[in-house]
Amino acid sequence: MSILVGKETKLLVQGITGRDGSFHARMMKEYGTNVVAGVTPGKGGSSVDGIPVFNSVHEAKEKTGANTSVIFVPARFAVDAIYEAIDAELDLIVCISEGIPTLEMAKVMSYLRGKKTRLIGPNSPGLISPEEAKVGILPGHIFKKGSIGVISRSGTLTYEIVYHITNSGFGESTCIGIGGDQIIGTKFIDCLKLFREDDETEAVVLVGEIGGQDEEETAAWIRENFNKPVFGFIAGKTAPPEKRMGHAGAIISGGSGTAPEKIKAFKEAGIIVGETPKEVAERVKERLS
Amino acid sequence: MKIHEYQAKEIFASYGIPTPKEKLATTPDEIKTHAKEIGLPVVVKAQVHVGGRGKAGGIKLATDESELEKATQILGMRIKGIEVKKVLVAEAISIKGESYLGFIVDRSSQKIVAMASSEGGVEIEEVARRNPKAIQKLYIDPLLGIQPYQMRTLATFLYGDKGLIKSAIKITQALYQIMVEKDCSLIEINPLVRTEDGRLIALDAKINFDDNGLYRHPEIESLRDLEAEDRNEIDAREYGLSYVRLDGKIGCVVNGAGLAMATMDLVKHFGEEPANFLDIGGSSSPEKVKNALSILLRDENVKVILFNIFGGITRCDDVAQGILQARDELKIAHPIVVRLTGTNEAQARELLKESGLLFATGMEEAARLAIEKLRGV
Repeated sequence: MSILVGKETKLLVQGITGRDGSFHARMMKEYGTNVVAGVTPGKGGSSVDGIPVFNSVHEAKEKTGANTSVIFVPARFAVDAIYEAIDAELDLIVCISEGIPTLEMAKVMSYLRGKKTRLIGPNSPGLISPEEAKVGILPGHIFKKGSIGVISRSGTLTYEIVYHITNSGFGESTCIGIGGDQIIGTKFIDCLKLFREDDETEAVVLVGEIGGQDEEETAAWIRENFNKPVFGFIAGKTAPPEKRMGHAGAIISGGSGTAPEKIKAFKEAGIIVGETPKEVAERVKERLS
Repeated sequence: MKIHEYQAKEIFASYGIPTPKEKLATTPDEIKTHAKEIGLPVVVKAQVHVGGRGKAGGIKLATDESELEKATQILGMRIKGIEVKKVLVAEAISIKGESYLGFIVDRSSQKIVAMASSEGGVEIEEVARRNPKAIQKLYIDPLLGIQPYQMRTLATFLYGDKGLIKSAIKITQALYQIMVEKDCSLIEINPLVRTEDGRLIALDAKINFDDNGLYRHPEIESLRDLEAEDRNEIDAREYGLSYVRLDGKIGCVVNGAGLAMATMDLVKHFGEEPANFLDIGGSSSPEKVKNALSILLRDENVKVILFNIFGGITRCDDVAQGILQARDELKIAHPIVVRLTGTNEAQARELLKESGLLFATGMEEAARLAIEKLRGV
């Protein structure tokens, strides 16, 4: 088993006629994801790589039974795309777009409360259940089906760590890029709750970074609620305060959100922390083989 | 993005929040002219993007001519390394009480948080640590907006007098309006002062804007103090790159923010200091590589360049071509260590080796090689 995406995923791509949307629609299809539809307002009736394009998410869902959406539209249109997908009552929305105003995301989160739809991202590389489905921009070839769940706030750093995990003989059940923004739809704890119920997932790797209190809150939750082995990595030990390090959410502000604080919280919760990305995979191997 | 107090006060005033009579000055003569117009006593306040300017001597009260003369020396002084180029000359107000009022976007609750504190003039974080009871905190659903009862709660927490409560409600409403209309990440009045004659005035003002919201507020973007920011960071932003200068000697060029931080951390882990954070983003086109290197090399501390590119879908040979092209066009003599992983890795390795660049398969090996080169030089 995997979580969130898998063989049952019927994917629609919002912004499929754009440069990124069309390229990644093809990559996802080649990986084996069941891509059933694309949506670009005004381009309904056309197709991209054999994938039918519709004018609205509602129409695409009616005609194809799509249950998951991935959003590739520019930031200024992305919030509208998210609302459209929520109102079409999809199960899962994965937002790749970067640069959505934080207050708009706060409104989206308020609108989502009590609804069936789950949002991943924004500013996420997407997620993958190896050999089942890939939703987003992650490079499929570095993943292998296996028993490690991965949850990360970053993109390429996740690939780096996964690359070592895969090379050391392990594989991943599902790898989720939760996104680098301040306000995101699905946090570490939400994913951990799903991994807890997933029999195939034996252990979880958390890839955190400076900024916010998510890692601390997650560590406290793990202590009380999670029994599988957890490994961790925190990026940004050398980051100066009050500077945004690429990701909108990666900033140490008011002296809080530093790497040492997060590493300490992880260790106190029994999470095995790797000093380098490669060391994370080594710790996994030591503990699980 | 940060703006100065005087800019925040102008926004306050345009939303009807009372501010002191005050004017901006950039020369000692201007300070004196403004002081005359406003009338002594005045307060002269440095306009710099650092906290604790009062303690550093950046705020001075002038009750007579000689004190005013001394206060002009704030211009040109350095506060935490930053030169003061602008000061605010403000009427001195006789204060009866100080409080705090502010809003932030809270990451944990994913809502807007309002805070009122009976202890004004000190940092709110400090009050939260020392005397949390002095703070009234409220969560606001951004879809609903702030409700009248919430404004009443904040105002009555701060004041007992009916007139003051009424003024405080008005100020709270205006402050919230700025928060949501201008995409602020933080807005605060600290201190909000009560005068001898029973008025409320925003004695100081702080606004930080959400960078992601700036595209829809060109009027805010134009408030950016280009002189107060690192020129290299501004240029990088224009190129679509993300750069932060640090103090070390190993210049890092990385795709992706998380990996860029991890690369810096790794350099440190092996005993050296990184010269910078630099994220060239997902698509590492030759143009981007060139722009990145041109910014990186303005820093004379940089002795070795370390590329860490996890190609993923990007083709490594394309990135390698970009690096070589940039090296030739910019005539770079620094040792360059390149780590490339992804599609067409072998071709990339061939290309780079023939050109005398150092190739590494993993980022640990790359960091070690860069350090060896640095120490060998």
